[in-house]
Amino acid sequence: MAKRIDIKDVNIYYGKFHAVDSVTLSVPPRSVTAFIGPSGCGKSTVLRSLNRMHEVTPGARVEGRVLLDGEDIYAPSVDPVEVRRTIGMVFQRPNPFPTMSIRDNVVAGLKLAGVRNRKKLDEVCERSLRGANLWEEVKDRLDRPGGGLSGGQQQRLCIARAIAVQPDVLLMDEPCSALDPISTLAIEDLITELKQDFTIVIVTHNMQQAARVSDQTAFFNLAGVGQPGRLVEVDDTEKIFSNPSQKATEDYISGRFG
Amino acid sequence: MTTAMMDLERPATGPTFQGVSAGRKAKNVLATTLVTLAFLLAVVPLVWVLWSVVEKGLEPILRADWWSHSLSGLRPYEDMGGAYHAIYGTVVQGLTTALLSVPIGVMVGVYLVEYGTGTRLARITTFMVDILTGVPSIVAGLFIYALWITIFGFSRSALAVSLALLLLMVPVVVRTTEEMLRIVPNELREASYALGIPKWKTIVKVVLPTALSGIVTGIMLGLARVMGETAPALVVGAYAPYINFNVFDGNMANLPLLMNDQFANPETAGFNRTWGAAMTLVLIIMLFNLLATVISRWSAIKK
Ligand SMILES: Nc1ncnc2c1ncn2[C@@H]1O[C@H](COP(=O)(O)OP(=O)(O)OP(=O)(O)O)[C@@H](O)[C@H]1O
Ligand SMILES: [Mg+2]
Repeated sequence: MAKRIDIKDVNIYYGKFHAVDSVTLSVPPRSVTAFIGPSGCGKSTVLRSLNRMHEVTPGARVEGRVLLDGEDIYAPSVDPVEVRRTIGMVFQRPNPFPTMSIRDNVVAGLKLAGVRNRKKLDEVCERSLRGANLWEEVKDRLDRPGGGLSGGQQQRLCIARAIAVQPDVLLMDEPCSALDPISTLAIEDLITELKQDFTIVIVTHNMQQAARVSDQTAFFNLAGVGQPGRLVEVDDTEKIFSNPSQKATEDYISGRFG
Repeated sequence: MTTAMMDLERPATGPTFQGVSAGRKAKNVLATTLVTLAFLLAVVPLVWVLWSVVEKGLEPILRADWWSHSLSGLRPYEDMGGAYHAIYGTVVQGLTTALLSVPIGVMVGVYLVEYGTGTRLARITTFMVDILTGVPSIVAGLFIYALWITIFGFSRSALAVSLALLLLMVPVVVRTTEEMLRIVPNELREASYALGIPKWKTIVKVVLPTALSGIVTGIMLGLARVMGETAPALVVGAYAPYINFNVFDGNMANLPLLMNDQFANPETAGFNRTWGAAMTLVLIIMLFNLLATVISRWSAIKK
């Protein structure tokens, strides 16, 4: 299931604005890779280019190749809808569908893809909610609207919704930034569990979080105002946090930035 | 002794919070008065209108025949019969208009927000909708007369009336749909795309349901408005004092036409029929608004 991602010489643009310059990096399967770096350096942009979500923004485009187990997701014959089905995403702000119940939120991906079998849907719903550590909390109110949950619960609901379609890769853009420490811990535990089945890429501003959950860390930085963001270095998380090879990385991690 | 203590304990500076100054109080009173006056100015005529309609129209509509008989074969001075034929006409013409204009209007709105942003076609469409919004209803009637009756050679009918009303209702529906879709957060669309759901399905299953309650309210308000229109019905339809079930052919009454016809009747019967029809129209429109509230409550985002 889990697949590896190879990003090869990717340049990303918003219209004329060159947002990210020439990123090359590999994400091994069944591992967690963390993207860190100052605000505006292009972490979200790179993340969104990994499931072709970037091109949803008008005028935005990606140059270069992103390989999923060797297959270029930007090849002309590839359907972006299929790519997004294979590479799921969890956003910074929890965004459950407001018109749907908890159950319908979880199985939205399957239901809207045409799966009608009630038994199958219920099965997937339970499995995904258990996978997102939310089952015990909501099993008695699956028919209540998803918007009625707490922020942390909503975020886990969104994770359940993302894993319900059984993607190969899970992208997470600051999934804990709107959450309290307890919910954050719950989600970090969850990420460690999900690693068994998925390849995970997570963007975070929280160094401790990157250190706790990730196997590999990529540090992005800006050369200057108006300049494109670029990848400074990527290495094992332990190495990045103890003995990075770049000065900029060390400065950023130790808080001596800017 | 006590005074000395108090003097000692008094802080060196003045108190942080002072009472409201006289000037501010006066301004407040003035503003409150003005706002209240404006409110009364708006409400008095409204209540007055409603009151005259109820006062003069309630008695006729309480007669049993009002809802079950037409005015077929009655002389102007015979104070009997009912508005059944015109009620049928108003409801059927309104529903036909809605049936035609809701799909068109919603689809145009969806195009403008979801597909056409920034394109030339979208700009032209928006411009056209703006113009249509300002078209007087009688012009819409004349246009349909020229097109449907003179050029295509169809006869005057309820359908022709509905087509003219369509021109008035489509811009309302487009506008509402557009506004409601624009306030659906982009995050929901992205969440749906991220699940591998194609764009059109995202629109149908996620975006439209989220905007539904607002769209329904807009549709109902538009419908209420066109049901009270008289001018197009005068131009492309024609009053008939008897019931006509056929939408595609023949004269068909509706409440505004009945009022227009009976207003010229100097007998008490004419007076009763005119005000009775007015009362009925107000009731039907209220019913539609009530329905709109119920539907939008029911389809609203639940928390
Ligand atoms: N929709 C957009 N249109 C134009 N420019 C954008 C858009 N989104 C982001 N950018 C620009 O792209 C650059 C990278 O933004 P990005 O959101 O990827 O940063 P980030 O590293 O995720 O920052 P943060 O940590 O604050 O989330 C920034 O200069 C930003 O202004
Ligand atoms: Mg970001």
